[in-house]
Amino acid sequence: ETSKYRSLAGFSSVLFVVLSLVKVFLSQSPEAACLSAEDISPSSNGPRDDDPDDLFAEATEEVSLDSPERQPILSDGPSPAITPVTPVMISPRVDVFDRSPDQDEDEEENRDTFDIQISVSDPEKVGDGMNAYMVYKVTTKTSLSIFSRDEVCVKRRFSDFLGLYSKLASKYMHMGYIVPPAPEKSIVGMTKVKVGKEDLSSVEFVEKRRSALERYLLRTVKHPALLKDPDVLQFLESSELPRAVSTQALSGAGILRMVNKAADAVNKMTIKMNESDAWFEEKQQQFENLDVQLRKLHASVESLVCHRKELSVNTASFAKSAAMLGNSEDHTALSRALSQLAEVEEKIDQLHQDQSYADFYLISELLGDYVRLITAVKGVFDQRMKAWAKWQDAQVMLQRKREAEAKLQYANKPDKLQQATDEIREWEGKVQQGERDFEQISKNIRREVGRFEKDRVKDFRVVIIKYLESLVHTQQQLIKYWEAFLPEAKAIA
Amino acid sequence: NSDKLILENTNIPCFQRKKYCLAVNVDLQTDATLQVDISDALSERDKVKFTVHTKSTLPNFKQNEFSVVRQHEEFIWLHDSFVENEEYAGYIIPPAPPKPDFDASREKLQKLGEGEGSMTKEEFTKMKQELEAEYLAIFKKTVAMHEVFLCRVAAHPVLRKDLNFHVFLEYNQDLSVRGKNKKEKLEDFFKNVVKSADGVLVAGVKDVDDFFEHEKTFLLEYHNRVKDSSAKSDRMIRSHKSAADDINRIASTLYTLGTQDSTDLCKFFLKVSELFEKTRKIEARVAADEDLKLADLLKYYLRESQAAKDLLYRRGRALVDYENANKALDKARAKNKDVLQAETTQQVCCQKFEKISESAKQELIDFKTRRVAAFRKNLVELAELELKHAKGNLQLLQSCLGVLKGDT
Repeated sequence: ETSKYRSLAGFSSVLFVVLSLVKVFLSQSPEAACLSAEDISPSSNGPRDDDPDDLFAEATEEVSLDSPERQPILSDGPSPAITPVTPVMISPRVDVFDRSPDQDEDEEENRDTFDIQISVSDPEKVGDGMNAYMVYKVTTKTSLSIFSRDEVCVKRRFSDFLGLYSKLASKYMHMGYIVPPAPEKSIVGMTKVKVGKEDLSSVEFVEKRRSALERYLLRTVKHPALLKDPDVLQFLESSELPRAVSTQALSGAGILRMVNKAADAVNKMTIKMNESDAWFEEKQQQFENLDVQLRKLHASVESLVCHRKELSVNTASFAKSAAMLGNSEDHTALSRALSQLAEVEEKIDQLHQDQSYADFYLISELLGDYVRLITAVKGVFDQRMKAWAKWQDAQVMLQRKREAEAKLQYANKPDKLQQATDEIREWEGKVQQGERDFEQISKNIRREVGRFEKDRVKDFRVVIIKYLESLVHTQQQLIKYWEAFLPEAKAIA
Repeated sequence: NSDKLILENTNIPCFQRKKYCLAVNVDLQTDATLQVDISDALSERDKVKFTVHTKSTLPNFKQNEFSVVRQHEEFIWLHDSFVENEEYAGYIIPPAPPKPDFDASREKLQKLGEGEGSMTKEEFTKMKQELEAEYLAIFKKTVAMHEVFLCRVAAHPVLRKDLNFHVFLEYNQDLSVRGKNKKEKLEDFFKNVVKSADGVLVAGVKDVDDFFEHEKTFLLEYHNRVKDSSAKSDRMIRSHKSAADDINRIASTLYTLGTQDSTDLCKFFLKVSELFEKTRKIEARVAADEDLKLADLLKYYLRESQAAKDLLYRRGRALVDYENANKALDKARAKNKDVLQAETTQQVCCQKFEKISESAKQELIDFKTRRVAAFRKNLVELAELELKHAKGNLQLLQSCLGVLKGDT
């Protein structure tokens, strides 16, 4: 009993320190606070394809947006996005980000107005049995004017976070914005919690999730566009939130998502893009390589966490055994020394345990987050490919319409000719729109990738330094313990 | 062909192993009259050949210095001959060295060979070096354990004079002691079963002598606890090795990340990779030193405490025989039949019992002295090594941190 208590107490105190450090670094990046006045009108919910269907995937590894009008050739898909008339598409938002990366950097250097702190805390179980769920308190402290108050507290459950991510992904991904993915679902983990097991593993699960949710929100608001998004504001501020039903695994929307995912995979194979821009090719390859290595690293770190926990347990076990050996040893001085050895090993086992928590919460979770983020980055590159494909398809269509018109000219059918000419104009518009969209998404991605890489450098630097400091602490403690033991060993006469 | 990977014909120079021999038993400062060591060893496919080197001024030997080649089975033969010799019933017979076991290591090397295609050249070379180092470590240990056995025998005032021992040291042909066949192994098995049942019986008999009564209680408990500690220390050290292996992999991946990253992180990753390469070598050394100073110590005293228990058992057996002979004598006297014979038997049993008791007392006292000295030496060295490695680690970490923080 006491060892469980001790490990929980030690765990939570280390965790508190570690997590507050994590929070500090995540919220430290200065961000763009100024935007043009004509912001996104709350009613239109930002630029998006006006598609009623589920445009987003599960909040897990694969993230891809799709619209059902996959083949513009077949369906005359009236996507508002490519209608030249829509003002929303080329929204004022574009002005904001229509800057060179250099300008952006200057903006960030001068920034001191980004001030927002978010914490996710106080997990509470609501309900009983299999319908139970955890509710988390989300506290936002900020001086930014877009928020109605300085400090807001709301209660949210996990599916609310997934719902937020879904909405953001559907709104922004196709524009090339890297939307931070929400934490993953875990049926096994949640079932244990629901069933009411109060053991260490479900406590750890809840803590892991709480921490992940916090990091998710912090990353989301770090993104200048997302910070202003009404859905984000609503999530952080409003006391009541409509239940995000579509995130349920087996809902109608969920099934549609799966179908879209499959369609996506097939389409990816058939799009063979003529990459004219070397930057994109290079970046895609880099992210591919990075993905492979980060996954490998993540796996190794997870293995380390596991082995260190094991080491901690085995050291504790040895400590007890050494104490027993000391008890049965009939030479007094040796007996005492063995008991001291047992005490040293007991302290060391606690050290190993603390270190394994640092391994996990600093490095392993960071890597996990980045593996998911890179999936989002890859998704954004895919969106660009789709935009390109759409543009190409429009060009093909235009060509066909022109040929059709030429044919009609010979046949001399004036009323049909008029229609054909109209159609040509329509498709010329679509081609222009397609090209504009493609260029826009390319520009957005360049900027997004620049921002992403900067954040990545900062994140890794800060975390790795904190991690090395934790290792330093462990070694210092080890020195202390063994220095205390050495004279005891020498005293054996 | 995985044979290529296995260290064929591994020779160990003699100066490295001396340290181990002394670590386990401190007062084996053998005098000039008889010095034994294993000067060389060869590891072949399924056997190890030890070169046993002797230096002696005793007249029993033809030369003052000579060497022979022996294999593990011959050590066992020698040990068993001591155990079976009634004359030595009153001594703690130095425990036999464990059989050289490279199976696990060989298997790993084989798996590595099979998986060669699936990893990069650097990874393969790295892992191969590590497995070879592991193989070498196991090899060194088995050499040391065989040596300790011989040193113990050579240091024992009575056993060192044993004829079989001299034959073992000097006879430069194969002793032709084949391993036990199935029938003999089965006989041994039954003997052990009877013995342990007997052991329980004998242990139950309360001893008039306080010293032996105390020793019995002490040894029974001590042996069990050492067994437990030995197993637990092994597990702890294995986890430590696994963690060091993980750090190795992490270092490799960080290196790859460093070479391919397009941002400032590349230098960062390379520095950290370099750091982890060094720290994991230290972690591996920590595990190896713990293995040597702690795990091996406990294993050795597990075997020695068993040998001490065996001595007590033999004494107990002799006591029971003596008591039975007394009873038989009384009966014979009462019936007035075969009295002389009964008297002779009783005398023999008495002498045997008293002889064993006398030497056993001294043996057990020596055992305690040796044990305390060995634990002291090893625990002190363990603490010193742990400190050395922790300080080394700390210095590496701090200097790397200094560089990394300075870069930003």
